[in-house]
Amino acid sequence: MNFMFWVIAVITLGSALMMVLDKNIFHSALYMIVTFLGVAGIYVLLQADFLAAVQVLVYGGAIAVFIVFGIMLIQRGNMKQTNLFSKSAALAGLVSLGLIVINVVMVLKTEWPISGAAPPEDTVNQIAELMFTKMVIPFEVAAILLLVALLGAVIIAKEVKKTS
Amino acid sequence: MIGLEHFLIFSGTLFCIGLFGALAKRNVIAILMGLEIMLNSVNINLVAFSRYVTTGDLTGHVFAIFVVAVAAAEVAVGLALIVSIYRSRMSVNAEDFDWLKW
Repeated sequence: MNFMFWVIAVITLGSALMMVLDKNIFHSALYMIVTFLGVAGIYVLLQADFLAAVQVLVYGGAIAVFIVFGIMLIQRGNMKQTNLFSKSAALAGLVSLGLIVINVVMVLKTEWPISGAAPPEDTVNQIAELMFTKMVIPFEVAAILLLVALLGAVIIAKEVKKTS
Repeated sequence: MIGLEHFLIFSGTLFCIGLFGALAKRNVIAILMGLEIMLNSVNINLVAFSRYVTTGDLTGHVFAIFVVAVAAAEVAVGLALIVSIYRSRMSVNAEDFDWLKW
């Protein structure tokens, strides 16, 4: 597990960094997919098998296709210089680096109340039980949110014309 | 031994990379991709706490699934907005979107 964690962490962080630094937006999208799959590997290390599957399906599948479609609909011609930095890049880098340092210091300083118990063997049953008993109202709200987002996306992208 | 701290530092660093992408990029699709990375790193945090602190209680997993649902809705609406803006402005440069500035 130790070795696998370091391998996955280096791949994930490296591809995330490449996604940010690459000047070609399509290459950025491909690096983003590698990052998502690396996060799925992290879920496996955390014994969250169902979430790892959801991550591969939703992020590695649906959102990746969404983003690639968006790029193909919008970018024309040469892709080489399509993903440049803005004027505020230096400031943004400073803020991000500061946040990383603060995060590392705070995480190492805090005493975490770690429970030494063994993690549950299968998570799917428990997630299903929670979702349909304690969390049933948020579950329904999420369903409505997805429906509204679907309709909203269609209406915004289609530009409804006023009919007299 | 890999513990909670490793996962927290990892997800915090991933969050900051996503934040940098969202703040420093010019292309709006790149900004959207940075947002997705940020949401992902938050999910890692939730699952790590669920694994190491409240072991056996999977509320963190359920919350992470809801975050995934919200992220999917967000990217759908965001891309629709980008396509719609692109049609009227012929640009995906975030610095060109300055209707509210004068």
